Amino acid sequence: MNVSYHEPATWQEAHALLERHGDDATVLAGGTAFTLLLRQGLIRPGHVVALRRIAGASAIDADAHGGVSIGALATHTAVQRSDRITAAWPELADAVAKVATVRVRNQATLGGSVAHADPASDAPVMLCALAAQVVVTTADAGSRRVPIEELFVDTFTTTLGPAELIRSIEIPARPAGAAAVYRKYTLRSADDYACVSVGALADLGGGVFGGLRLFLGGVGPTPMRARSVERALAGTRVDARAIADAAALARDDVDPQSDTRGSAAYKREMARVWTERALRALAGMPIS
Amino acid sequence: MSTAARLRVNGAEREASVSPEIRLIDVLRDQLGLTGTKEGCSVGVCGACSVLMDGALVSSCLVPSVLATGAEVTTIEGLSGQTLTPLQEAFITEGGFQCGICTPGQIVAASALLAERPRPTESEIREFMMGNLCRCTGYQGIVRAIMKAAP
Repeated sequence: MNVSYHEPATWQEAHALLERHGDDATVLAGGTAFTLLLRQGLIRPGHVVALRRIAGASAIDADAHGGVSIGALATHTAVQRSDRITAAWPELADAVAKVATVRVRNQATLGGSVAHADPASDAPVMLCALAAQVVVTTADAGSRRVPIEELFVDTFTTTLGPAELIRSIEIPARPAGAAAVYRKYTLRSADDYACVSVGALADLGGGVFGGLRLFLGGVGPTPMRARSVERALAGTRVDARAIADAAALARDDVDPQSDTRGSAAYKREMARVWTERALRALAGMPIS
Repeated sequence: MSTAARLRVNGAEREASVSPEIRLIDVLRDQLGLTGTKEGCSVGVCGACSVLMDGALVSSCLVPSVLATGAEVTTIEGLSGQTLTPLQEAFITEGGFQCGICTPGQIVAASALLAERPRPTESEIREFMMGNLCRCTGYQGIVRAIMKAAP
């Protein structure tokens, strides 16, 4: 293999390299997925464009709307430990802390995880629940903000164009009364990918479900939005029966494949179980 | 194509040939002769290849060597001088290893833990060390060794 390696110092230079080399270029962030894909022969780039020299690419800051902006190159560990994130969205820190092992979290970046679009990854599921926006920049210096769930179109597939880059991920300011939760079910060991994971956000003010966003990981080609569950609970009083009935609908909101983490039928059932657990946790109820 | 680069490994400047497809573990073992770092699963799961980059624990089998330039890399060889560290001593006295293949990774990982949290609880040890697999000890000796080495 004959690979040319580039370390652009600015986003503009990175875009220019991607424009010049098109499909022959691969972006390198933390390098965990990159190394695995390369060694399995799933990518064969002629040009590798590493983003690590770009100033500010890993910064975690307040954004203009009172939310948090996470630079694409922030590692999972940096997100997990950020005071800004543990103050505003400790549930995101919790979700990120469930990724693999400390070694992977020290190396893998949040932007890399989103761009890689593995539907069983933890961070994308929780970021979907929290209504995160992805700031995508283009070669002509323009940028677009994409609701994160619209970025994912299929397994390992996003709407990102070949010369586009994720610059940051923005999480809205925490609304008063918001409750959020992330639950991950692993079959074999705690560092495994999820069999099923659930990220949820709701406003439970007045004892009624409002603004529920519920996404599941590991049970479809992208983080799967449980729209029937959301609809069933909209405006409903928070109680155990309503939660159990709504969670049963999660079975048909997902589209799992049979694999080493369970049969499709098993995963549908686990989607129900873990949706119920996540909703009960949101409401401060014990598991069941 | 690979390019010549300078790496800081165990406090010394070393010349190495790096590229996106040469992994840090290949540089350490094959180019620099630092064979204390072991290759186990090759997919970042087992922890045998654990090293520190700027103090952060990583799997050297997942790090493209190009990303190690500019960083301070510490391997098992860089942790002790002529004598063993208290942590290494504790692995011996507490039965923290048997066959030894995972031991360099265990020691490097435990060093990272103790640097970050000098007095970890047993559950913090189990949580942090979860990704360093051992097929001999049943882990009890490893946990005891780390508890003992914590001042």
